Amino acid sequence: MSSFGSIAPFLIFYVGAALVAVTAGHVRSAIMLLTPVVGALNLYAMAADFNATFALFDYSLIVVRVDKLSTLFGYLFHLAAFLGIIFSLHLNDRMQQVTALLYAGSALGAVYAGDLLTLFLSWEMLAITSFFLVLARRTERAFSAGMRYLIIQVLSGVLLLAGTVVIGYTTGSFAFDKMTLEGLGPTLIFIAFGIKCAFPALHNWLTDAYPESTPSGTVFLSAFSTKVAVYAFARGFPGTELLVYIGATMAMFPIFFAVIENDLRRVLSYSLINQVGFMVCGIGIGTSLAINGAVSHAFSHVLYKSLLFMSMGAVLYRTGKMNGSDLGGLYKSMPWTTVFCIVGAASISAFPLFSGFVSKSMVMYAAIKEGHPFVWLALLFASAGVFHHAGIKIPYFAFFAHDSGIRCKEAPLNMLIAMGLTAALCIFIGSYPWWLYSMLPYPVDYAPYTWAHVLTQCQLLFFSALAFVWLQLRGLYPPELPSTNIDVEWTYRKMLPAFVTAVRRVVRQVTDRIRREGGQIISTASNRIEALASQTGILGSTWAISTTAMWILILLTGYIFIFYI
Amino acid sequence: MANKTGNQEKTYIFDDPKNIKRVLWGLYFVCGLTVLLDFVIHRHVDHPLEAVWGFYCIYGFVACVILVLIATEMRKVLMRKEDYYDE
Repeated sequence: MSSFGSIAPFLIFYVGAALVAVTAGHVRSAIMLLTPVVGALNLYAMAADFNATFALFDYSLIVVRVDKLSTLFGYLFHLAAFLGIIFSLHLNDRMQQVTALLYAGSALGAVYAGDLLTLFLSWEMLAITSFFLVLARRTERAFSAGMRYLIIQVLSGVLLLAGTVVIGYTTGSFAFDKMTLEGLGPTLIFIAFGIKCAFPALHNWLTDAYPESTPSGTVFLSAFSTKVAVYAFARGFPGTELLVYIGATMAMFPIFFAVIENDLRRVLSYSLINQVGFMVCGIGIGTSLAINGAVSHAFSHVLYKSLLFMSMGAVLYRTGKMNGSDLGGLYKSMPWTTVFCIVGAASISAFPLFSGFVSKSMVMYAAIKEGHPFVWLALLFASAGVFHHAGIKIPYFAFFAHDSGIRCKEAPLNMLIAMGLTAALCIFIGSYPWWLYSMLPYPVDYAPYTWAHVLTQCQLLFFSALAFVWLQLRGLYPPELPSTNIDVEWTYRKMLPAFVTAVRRVVRQVTDRIRREGGQIISTASNRIEALASQTGILGSTWAISTTAMWILILLTGYIFIFYI
Repeated sequence: MANKTGNQEKTYIFDDPKNIKRVLWGLYFVCGLTVLLDFVIHRHVDHPLEAVWGFYCIYGFVACVILVLIATEMRKVLMRKEDYYDE
């Protein structure tokens, strides 16, 4: 038995999950709450350069590799798991609670993986456990969204394994360290990470599956998968210029979809991609300032995104509705949830004193400093846009707007506690960023609170709000409508099935025709042959001797002729 | 405060249109204030565009208007019925 401080972090969660599976009631709740606490203490006791290896045949797998980067994500995931568990304490759903712990544990497994094989195993465990979190809603929609989700996640895993094998074969090492995007192996791994990171055009699994999960399932989902991918990029591909442009695209395009989306958790899913875009961009820039920005933004993002998904989860839990067109006026029934949602909205919008303000700006500042003015302008556009759709739209259409007439109870106590704690953390990080800064991989030489930064950010945000008000008053703002907006998923949910149906129809027509007309051709042919061989046919009839002799003569002449040439 | 008759609901803060007006005027005031502060606070400039007077105000406003107008146009192409994929 290894001593405290040298236990692989994922193991604590897996053991916790096993115990949760065989207990019930308060004991189960206590185990769930204790798991991340024990895990965090284990991390705290861990040496700053601890490594744990595990021999597998000829290879030694590095199951635990501790450095500043993995430690930051380690604590972040413990914190996110703890808050998510409080939020889901009211549940009595063994499957969901067990898989939530396994899922958080798998994320830790990935973050501490020192080699690509361990990373792959954790990657697949993440896919499978999160699949059950999608299923936990137990609706038909959730089931089919879950199946699509699983296929895409497993595809990411297969690409990761293929890349790992290629790298292992060419270099003889499975170490998971900084790579350059050259050759087959790293490219495959890059795409595998990209799928999990929701790259443009590979993103649709996220906006498809997350809104179909349970109120608490989505809180867990939003915290781990994409952030594991962000970590993997920060570890594997820092300074890869391609990521700058991918990140900027990710920050830009989802906000357009978010503005016209009706399902408010899908709006949040789009804004999740938009926020991950900032991180990917920072990793691509690759300077110490940019990496610090990306990683610290991941930290604040997990908290405020959890908070927003919690507040929407609470609304869904109480009202059973999630469409902007069905909601409104809920501040009357759920005042506390409203306040917490606004804190999350202010944090994602990066208002001064809220967490987004101290992290996102590092990435933007790095973009200017490293000579990417257009990327900077794109990120600035995305910053205004995120305030517009996540900062204003979410609280406005859920809690204010027109009164939907829904009167429900305030969220359960455990949800309020979880939201309250998360909101407090968002404000704490925003108001006292130096605690977060001290955990970053590089020393921080950045001051978020200058008069100029506070002023410019306020100008950007208040004038975005002014634009929202102006568009609303002018009637130009697109109303919330019960609708589906087609996205990339259209290709595999509509176009591909239609294509397959068309191909099948053609194949069926061809085979039918062959069957039908082929029979005719064969019967005609056999009739003709029969006719030839019959007594009146050319082969079957009796020939005169002279005719036969002449034919033999012709054949023999022909034969001699052929023989001599 | 519950009404004595019981079937009439308590009025909430934004049931009164005056309070909505107050919030809006508050926003206008803050917007005006940030513009005025632009004269007072010396802004350190990392990019020449930032030196343009009121750059962040204009950019924030214009960005959001463009965002919404494009999104509204996108809706014409992308919007389907709610049960589009269930058919």
